[in-house]
Amino acid sequence: MAKVDYATLKKGGFMRQKQKNNFSLRLACVGGALTAENLKKIAEVAEKYGDGYVHLTSRQGVEIPFIKLDDIDDVTADLAKGGCRPGVCGPRVRTVTACQGNTVCPSGNINSYDIAVKLNERYFGRELPHKFKFGVTGCQNNCLKAEENDVGIKGAAQISWKEDTCIHCGVCEKACREEAITFRDGKLVIDTQKCNYCGRCAKSCPVDAWDVNEAFLVSFGGTFGNHISKGREFLPLITSEEQLFRVTDAAIQFFADHANAGERFKFTIDRVGEEKLYEVLKGAYDG
Amino acid sequence: MADYKIDDTVDITDVVCPVTFVKAKVALEELDDGQILAVRMNNGEPVQNVPRSIKEEGHQILKLTDNGDDTFTLIVKKVEDE
Repeated sequence: MAKVDYATLKKGGFMRQKQKNNFSLRLACVGGALTAENLKKIAEVAEKYGDGYVHLTSRQGVEIPFIKLDDIDDVTADLAKGGCRPGVCGPRVRTVTACQGNTVCPSGNINSYDIAVKLNERYFGRELPHKFKFGVTGCQNNCLKAEENDVGIKGAAQISWKEDTCIHCGVCEKACREEAITFRDGKLVIDTQKCNYCGRCAKSCPVDAWDVNEAFLVSFGGTFGNHISKGREFLPLITSEEQLFRVTDAAIQFFADHANAGERFKFTIDRVGEEKLYEVLKGAYDG
Repeated sequence: MADYKIDDTVDITDVVCPVTFVKAKVALEELDDGQILAVRMNNGEPVQNVPRSIKEEGHQILKLTDNGDDTFTLIVKKVEDE
């Protein structure tokens, strides 16, 4: 038998198991969304080629364990018929994770899934010095744990008060968990130092007396493996998708340019210097 | 509260989430369209969340008053589903 190219298999989502010639096949799965058609095909393949079960990964993906080396081509072709593609592993951009966002969730400030799909189209599988993870969460509740990721995106609400519409009911003042809102002489005052852009003021307002712009808070350098570190926000509020992608382009390029092989983004930032990254990010932020 | 003619009052300070909202919702169900309910609730989590939940049910919030005893009273006008 020809020598098995494990690196290529791993790149194509086939993870070598401890059992010889068995692979756990990782599927591409953006933001944890799979269609019923995908699921039927996954079930079929797991029964026919695997051990009749799947593993749901920590990054919202699906792996089908116990795929045999000899079946790899057949499995890949069969899965494609159900609209499923293999995922990736190794030193490249991984599955983009996301919560359901504001298409489904009342708390969502952004369409997380849509952002995840766009990030995926932009970067998925891009070769880099080490793994690189994006995660998108819709709001400050942070169900998707943005700061665990190399680049974490959190939906935010850029708000401004509409005095003419306001009925001065006082609901927003109490809905705000940061105590950033007070009424003084009939005027609403926002403490911008305290506001965390959660959007609860606008969501609770009975008369929608707020202009709300979908915005983003982005953290950099999160990692939760052998070393644990929370991603940090270096930039002010990002107020458009265009600006967001300028910043993510700059972050990933910084990593491509400066990282050593096998070095996660956090350690590149530590080694090269936060101020260097900030300079690049701020340039992209300002356009 | 003198500004509004209160049709019914419910006190939800004796329960915790999610029963706070449920108790207010049940009280609203007993009213007719356009009638006004006063809901007394605790500071903290209830006052942060109950007004928004009532809004999301489609009712019209008129006022939130600080009672000065770490409780608040929310004045709500019932809006019947079409």
